[in-house]
Order: sequence, then C-alpha cells, then structure tokens
Amino acid sequence: MINFEYTRVNSAKAAVAAKSKNVAAQFIAGGTNLVDLMKKGVTAPQRLIDINALPLKDISSDAKGLSIGTLVPNSVAAENKLVLEKYPLLAMALNAGASAQLRNMATVGGNIMQRTRCPYFYDITMPCNKRIPQSGCGAMEGYNRMHAIFGASDKCIAVHPSDMCVALAALNATVVISGTKGEKKIPFANFHRLPGDTPELDNNLQTGELITAVHIPANRFNRSYYLKVRDRLSYAFALVSVAVALEVTDGSIRSASIAMGGVAHKPWRLTEVEKYLIGKSITANVFKEAAEIGMKNAKTYQHNQFKVKMGKSAIVEALTKATS
Amino acid sequence: MDKNNLSETFFADDDRVDGLAKVTGKAKFTAEFKPAGLTHAVFVCSTIAKGAIKHMNIYEAKNAPGVIDIIYYLNCPAVPGYKPVDRIANPNARDFTGLKVFHNNMVVSNGQPIALVIADTYERAVHAASLVKVEYIKEKSETDFDKNKFNDKLLKPRPEYVRNQKDAWKNAEVFLEEEYTMPVETHNPMEMHATIAVWEGGKLTVYDKSQGPKNVQGELGRIFAIDEKNVQVITEFVGGAFGSSLRSWPHVHAAVIATKKLNRPVKVTLNREQMFTMVGYRPQCWQKIGIGASKDGKLTGIAHHAVSNTSSYEDFTEGISSVSQYLYDCPNVFTTYKILPLDINTPTWMRGPGPGTGCFALESALDELSYKLNIDPIELRLINNAEVHPQSKLPWTTKFLKECYALGKEKIGWHKRPTTPGSLKEDGMLVGYGMAVGVFGAGRNPATAKGILKNDGTLLLQSAVSDMGPGTSTAMVKIGSEQMGLEEKKVRFELGDTDFPTGPTQGGSGSATAVGSAVIAVCDAIKLSLKEIAIESIAGFKNVKPENIKYEAGKLIAANNVSIHFMDLLKETGKPEVQVSKSSSSFAQRDKYATNSFSVHFVKLHVHPVTGVIKLKHMVSAADAGKIISEKTARSQMVGGAVGGIGMAMTEESLIDHRYGRYINSNFVDYHVPVHADVPPMDIVFPNQPDYIISPTGAKGIGEIALVGVAPAILNAVYNATGKRVRDLPVTPDKLI
Ligand SMILES: Cc1cc2nc3c(=O)[nH]c(=O)nc-3n(C[C@H](O)[C@H](O)[C@H](O)COP(=O)(O)OP(=O)(O)OC[C@H]3O[C@@H](n4cnc5c(N)ncnc54)[C@H](O)[C@@H]3O)c2cc1C
Repeated sequence: MINFEYTRVNSAKAAVAAKSKNVAAQFIAGGTNLVDLMKKGVTAPQRLIDINALPLKDISSDAKGLSIGTLVPNSVAAENKLVLEKYPLLAMALNAGASAQLRNMATVGGNIMQRTRCPYFYDITMPCNKRIPQSGCGAMEGYNRMHAIFGASDKCIAVHPSDMCVALAALNATVVISGTKGEKKIPFANFHRLPGDTPELDNNLQTGELITAVHIPANRFNRSYYLKVRDRLSYAFALVSVAVALEVTDGSIRSASIAMGGVAHKPWRLTEVEKYLIGKSITANVFKEAAEIGMKNAKTYQHNQFKVKMGKSAIVEALTKATS
Repeated sequence: MDKNNLSETFFADDDRVDGLAKVTGKAKFTAEFKPAGLTHAVFVCSTIAKGAIKHMNIYEAKNAPGVIDIIYYLNCPAVPGYKPVDRIANPNARDFTGLKVFHNNMVVSNGQPIALVIADTYERAVHAASLVKVEYIKEKSETDFDKNKFNDKLLKPRPEYVRNQKDAWKNAEVFLEEEYTMPVETHNPMEMHATIAVWEGGKLTVYDKSQGPKNVQGELGRIFAIDEKNVQVITEFVGGAFGSSLRSWPHVHAAVIATKKLNRPVKVTLNREQMFTMVGYRPQCWQKIGIGASKDGKLTGIAHHAVSNTSSYEDFTEGISSVSQYLYDCPNVFTTYKILPLDINTPTWMRGPGPGTGCFALESALDELSYKLNIDPIELRLINNAEVHPQSKLPWTTKFLKECYALGKEKIGWHKRPTTPGSLKEDGMLVGYGMAVGVFGAGRNPATAKGILKNDGTLLLQSAVSDMGPGTSTAMVKIGSEQMGLEEKKVRFELGDTDFPTGPTQGGSGSATAVGSAVIAVCDAIKLSLKEIAIESIAGFKNVKPENIKYEAGKLIAANNVSIHFMDLLKETGKPEVQVSKSSSSFAQRDKYATNSFSVHFVKLHVHPVTGVIKLKHMVSAADAGKIISEKTARSQMVGGAVGGIGMAMTEESLIDHRYGRYINSNFVDYHVPVHADVPPMDIVFPNQPDYIISPTGAKGIGEIALVGVAPAILNAVYNATGKRVRDLPVTPDKLI
C-alpha cells in the first residue's frame, strides 16, 4: 500500500470539486471494498475523499417513489419501514448480501460501485484486462466457476457481485448523480456496462461524478422474491440469483420484471421472459417455459456450465416463491 | 494476572479458566508481545511454482522509509542445521527436510518465502516488500493432482497391507467399488501464525504460535546450533491451530535468522494468503474402495486404495487407507497408499489426520453397501462390530462404540429416517438422515509436571505444553482440584513456557491423558510428602505409616482419627510450600491392548429439491472418549470438530490454477469455512466411561474423533434425502442439481 492523502468533505459539491481536480483520487464510503483493493495493490489512489460526512443519509418517499441517500448503510435500508412495505424485494436482496457486519458499513453508492470478485482481478500477479488493460484474461482459460454466462466478451468474463443491484435493476431504479455540470439521472439498466473491449470500465459514471442517491419509482408489483443460490448459507457471493417482481391480478400476470445476478458483468434483466410472462397464468409450465427462455443464450466456460441448469431452477423457484 | 480472581467473579464452575481473559483481550497471543526495540518483518513470496530466482532487485525496497534490512539468498547467514548431518559422528541425527528458507535461489512452490523485509513498522515492511522485484528462470511446474494421481513415474508407493485375500470382496454376494475424492483443505485457524525472536547475550527467546513449545525449543537448538538451555519458547495462548503448529515452519526460522543477524527483536507475521502456502494443509486425496458382504450383511472383504499429495521436497504421509484394517471385523483386507509429489508446499496433519480422510471413503462405501443389502446402516455396522482388534486380535482397553450408536440414534430420531432415498419431504424440502463412524488412536505420551502446594491453600501446576483451544488448562485445573480436594479456584495451571517441566506436543488428542497423568503423579507425590512431614513433626502422626494416613479434602487423617489440614501442617512446621516435579511415562501395554477413541455422528438435513442448497437441521455426535474431565470444554471440542467436518463435507476447497501453480482462493471470502448459518443445533452425548488402562485420568482423547466421520455422515444424509451419491467433496449446490 502506498502513502495517500486523505480529505473529508462536507458537501456533494465539495466532493465533486475535490475529485475532479485529481484523477487519482477516489471517494471512500464504508471502505469495505476499497480498502481491501488498496491492501491487495489492485488500486492505489493518491487521495481518498471521505464522503461519510455528506448529508445523504435519508430515505424519503413521495408519490413518484422512494429515494435512498447514498450513505444509508445497507443494513439500515434493509430494515427501513418504507422499504419493507413498498419494496420488500430490495430488503430481501440487501439481507442476502455479505454479512451483518459488512452490511452495517456498506453504503448504497459503494455497493453499486463495488468491483468484481474475479480472483484474477484480485491477484496482481495474474493477468487481468480489467485491472491492467491488454494484460490478458486469467479467467477465460482458468478457474471460471463464478463467471459470466451472459454478455461476456473475449476480454473479460467477470460478473458484478452485488445482490442489491439485482433488485434495483428489477425495480427500474435510477441512479442519481452529482457532477460538475449539476445533477443527472441514469436508469439502472444503463448504469453498469458490459465488458466489451473496455472491461476496465465497470459503469458509465464519469470522472468527478458522485452518486448521491438511488430512486425507485412507484410500481404496481404486488408479488416479489429474491432468491440467491450460494455455496454457504451466508457470507458468500451468488452462484446465481434472481430478483422477481410481478403484478398479478386474478391469477394472471399483468407485468413482470426479472433480473439475475452472478451471471453477467451487470445485473442481467430477462426482458424476453418479462414479455413472455405478460398475460400468462401462474402455472408450473409457464414458469418452466420462462426459465427456458431466460437461459436461451447462455454461453458457458469450463467450470460454470452448471449455471445454466441452476439458472433455470432458480428462475422457476423465484417465480414460484413470489406467487405462492 | 490473577485468573483465580477473575473466575471467582464471573465464571460458573464449568467455564474455561482462561475464558474471560480470552474474550476480554487480556490473553496475549504471540503477535501481541512487544519486546523493547521490536522490528517488523514480512515475507516476499515467489510468484512462480518452480524454477530459480535469476535476479532480485532490492534497491528500491532497501531505500524505502523505515527499512532496516532485507534478507534473501544472497545475504542470508548460513544456518548450521541446514547442512546434511554427519552420520558418523551423530548416528541418530536426521537431515532437516523442511524448506530451507533463503538457503538458495531455488523456487519449489508458488508463495514460497524468498525474502524477508524488516522495517520499523509493519506497514512500512509491507510496502517495502511490494517494491522487491524478482526475475525468475521458470520451469514447468506440476500441481495438478487429478491429472497425475495414476502417474506411476511420479507416485511413491508405501508398503501394502494384505490380510488373507486381496480380492475377496469381488467374490462377495453383494459388493461395490467406488472412488472418493477430496480437495486440499487449508489450515485456517482464526489466529494467523506469528513468531517473535529475540537474540540477546547468547540467549534466544522465541514467542511462537506453537502446539509444542518443547519441540520448537529442540528444533531451534539443533538448527541454529544453540544449546537448548539457551533457547526459551513461550506460547501461552494459541488462537486455534488444528495441526498447523505441530512443526516449525519457515517463518519461525526466518525470525531467528533475522534476530541473529540484526541483534534486534524481530516479529514475523503471516497474512491469510501466506497461510495457504506456508503452514500446511490436509492433502488432496483420491481413494477407491471395493467392499463386499454376504446377503446377511457380514463383511467378507475390503480393498482400500489411497493416493494423496506431498511436496517435491518432503514425503508427507498419514494413515488414510489403514482405517479399513481395523474399524470393522472383516477377514480379508487389502490396503495400499501412494503419495504424489507436486510443486506445492508440504502438507501436514490437520484435525483427524488420516482417519479423517479414510473414514470419508470407508463410511461412505459402507452406507452405499447398506442400501444394496437393504440393511439399516447402523445394523450393518453392528453386524460387523470388531470385538477385538481385527489385525492384532488384542482387546481394546475400552470400547463403547455400541453405546454411541444407541445414544445417538435416539437423539436424532433415527426411526424417522426414510428407507427409500428421496421419499421424505418437509416444508417442500427433501429430508435425509445419515450417520457415520469416526475413529482415532488413543494412548499416552510421557509428560512431566511440577506442583507447588502452598500453605495459603493454593496449588500451582506447571508444564511446558500449549493449549491451542481444547481447554488444557481447564482440564488440568479440574484434575488437580479433584486430586487434592481443593476448590477449582484454588488451583492454577501454567503452561506455554519451555522453562516449565517438559510436556508433550499437543496433537493427536493426547494432552489430557499425558499431562493429566503427570498431574496425578504430582498430586500423589505431594500427598506423600505431606504425610512424611506429618509423621516427622506432628505428635498424633508419629510412627504411623504413610499408607495408613488418609488424605481427604485437604486433610491428613491418621487411623486414630487425628487429623490436620495441610495448610495448618505447613504453617505449624514453618514450611511455605511443598514442591514436587513428577513424570508419567508413555503407555506401556501396547502388546496387550488396542487403544482407540470412537465416535458416531448423526445428521438430519434438508436439501432444496430445485436449487440443491443443503440446510443442516440437526446434528448429534456421540463420542467414546473415555472419562469426560470437563463437560463444557469436551462439548466445545465436539462442536468445533463437527463444524470442521461440515467444512470438509460442504464448503472447504483450496483451488490452484495449474497454469501458475498458484492458489486462487487464498482468502476468507473465497475459501469457505462454515459460518453460523451453516451450523445446525447440535447435541453432544458421551457414554462417559473411564479408561483407566490407558491412564489414571480415565480419558481417551476427543479432538480428532470430533471431526472424523462427520463428513461422510453428511454425505450419507444427502444421499438419503436425494438419492444422489456425491463422492467428490465438497458437496456444493451445483453437484445436487
Ligand atoms: C467478505 C465480503 C463479502 C461480501 N459479500 C457480498 C455479497 O454477498 N453480496 C453483495 O452484494 N456484496 C457483498 N460484498 C460487497 C459489499 O456489499 C461492498 O463491499 C459494499 O457494498 C461496498 O460499500 P462501501 O460503502 O463499503 O464502499 P467503499 O469500499 O467505500 O467504496 C467502494 C467503491 O465505491 C466508490 N464509491 C463509494 N461511494 C460512492 C459514491 N457515492 N459515488 C461514487 N462512488 C462511490 C468508491 O470510490 C469505491 O471505488 C461483500 C464484501 C466483502 C468484503
């Protein structure tokens, strides 16, 4: 770990100004991901801009939906009454992530911005195009059990590790951002990127920009479920996960929103499945067909072939649980 | 620190004597000592698995702030014990076979320590270590066990064992042959390894995370040619070790090399990643079992073959297939064992070494056989219960295995087990029950203890053992208190210092019997001294023979009912204390008895029919461990072992990318030890039958049988729930969908 400067800022504006001045600066929130990456030598910011004093710790709702300030700890969001009432899917996903201790520290923005858990990204003696562009991909021909089955490129097959983001993607959230030019909003689906030729870029946040909140629009979903399949019952990243949000009336599905985790470089929306489900009734066969559609274009690697079957099972199970 | 007072304030009778110190941070673990002038050292480790260092550029690192020195092969002082021994002068001496740290430029494994950076702070040492640049001459490395496990060019066979016919199982009425595999399981105790070495005035003091301070003292004396008298090793508290501290690893030597070179105290600490490449692990293992029985379940033959890995520079073996020689009564047994050298560091003993691996295969195979025979798995084991040791035909000192079946069966609700796999559901989940047996050697090692009985009514006991967690101090306090008729809070046990009388290395579940026997010998000797003092100086005892004086609850009582408490005796005779050292010998009746501890583990679990996720619901472990000296620590031992078994069965697996020969999950995020959510409610039951043949303590040892057999019990329950037989550990959800 190299020496670094540390500053604490008190406003979003000051945070943005400080970061814009120095490309080698990084925001630090809970620090649960960034500090590990610094210790491992994966990243070496010259300056840490501590944003914990910013007044971005509120959860508020109005007719349009719910806003969660970026500094709301994951554990607080998961227990918030408004979240539990209106977006239980998000609470489920949050509680499926990490451990109680980590959730107490982890923030909304930090969770969105957390980096992949690919072991080749973490070990600086290994090749990794995400860490060092053009150095090669260690995972492609290496150990790739945890890796992507959708949207990967020949440069990178890493997955985004978040649970929270999968629920937010299914809930059509937007990321609220402060930059030098003022505030802007990016829909969740457009926030994270696929690796393509530039796997070093996880998302579309620009230098200097600060996430201030996420906004979840009001919706008509009355059934939801977050299913996470993992190697141990807590404190493990998803092998696959499924976030299901459905609007069901009189036993038939009016609208559906489904996203998967552990399968792609970003939360993976199953748009074709969503279309298929509209107007369908709740039957085992419908769910089975949905799972087939959802996994149709999966591309697997040596160690993650199981994800196709597991993905299908998980889709069926999440739909079943949501509707039972 | 006055532990007695602490226990008086907070502790119930059965609690650990050092529990409060441990949970309040008062207990000092190795890395927490701060001798004056302490320097901090960290390793630079190799990033190739095989080859040589062509060039190491230490310039930038050497000039980094706070750096005191960098030791590597070009400037490392010669270590006398690394030279081959002179067998003519010293016929019993053995060459040092471990990694000779910084001894030359050869690289034999990825993650091998190749330089030590010593700085004024830990952080500066870490940073400077990252600045060392190494150029290698790479050679092709081989770390792939699966690819080479039948490679006769590489394999080193160990002696075969044949009892009657090799292949009898093939002619049985009912038989099967299956392969069972398990991955490398890495030592991951909570406390990471550390050593502080202080070289001062020709004396070496070493604070070390060790299971055997005496062993470290002897080894360092030999390796560095220092008279043992001038080597002191201190290990008061150990934060778990499980076998990883049974020998001194490179960091211990490196600390000594550095303190001798710099004449300053040096602390070497390992990080979690370095734990994967430096302190041993349970080796990867392939096993094949052929087993046959008559239709009514009598075993007719077992063939058990095992291959496990070792390093390229040392042969590590453990008794894997040998469990099949004695666990059941079977006329024909054939076992083989081969080791496969790979370009990784040397494995070592890990809780339940040998039988832990062997029972996974044997107990799985027996379960498979029970379904083929359509005989209840417990019944099958009872049919084949070995009344005497099947090889030696010797009786066991004690064997209460049958009692364990009965106790455990009742507690788990075995009668609810479905006889057809996959046929029982509860809340939409598949339900399975499974059981398996564990076994480990028992016995008694020599040990010495010292006792000081004071006229204030307290007893101080000392022995140079260490306590990696089983609660040795607690057990010894209990034994001392029982022997001397003193309240437990009046008894103290001190350990973890080579200045105390020689104690054994803590391993193989042997501490309680060995040290306990010495404590009993000490207490007997103290009682005799007291009697002699009384005879000499107290009127009513004159001319009474010692054997006619009773000792009860601190009082000496002569036949004429004259009595005196030892406190009064010592005060009246002007003696502040009685001090005795006594040794107890090793178990001497190996030609008359077989000695083992046994356990039976029972599991009830749920398997999600769609996602394959397992949820353990209830576990019961029944252990024939002889007399239970301290109920609470015994139970904790059993629970801890079961958790280790859950890890073996369901989560733990060290992964190597064979292109680089490098571990890729050497951290606590990716290497999965079980977490609380994985661990079900557990019941621990003991027949609690003393074994006074092995030792006067009555104990047989718990640490290993707590784990041995747990993994197959879980796998057997998974089969019972799903009808899927997983023979490749760990059983992660992907293997069940
Ligand atoms: C052992 C372990 C297990 C875990 N398991 C899971 C799991 O199962 N599921 C899961 O979802 N997550 C898991 N996590 C990840 C955890 O959720 C993240 O570490 C956490 O959410 C990061 O939040 P933080 O506030 O600590 O971020 P930090 O570490 O402070 O920051 C992370 C990144 O986000 C940037 N950042 C922070 N805030 C902002 C902002 N407002 N605007 C712009 N950039 C910002 C930082 O600059 C940094 O690059 C695990 C983590 C660990 C260590």
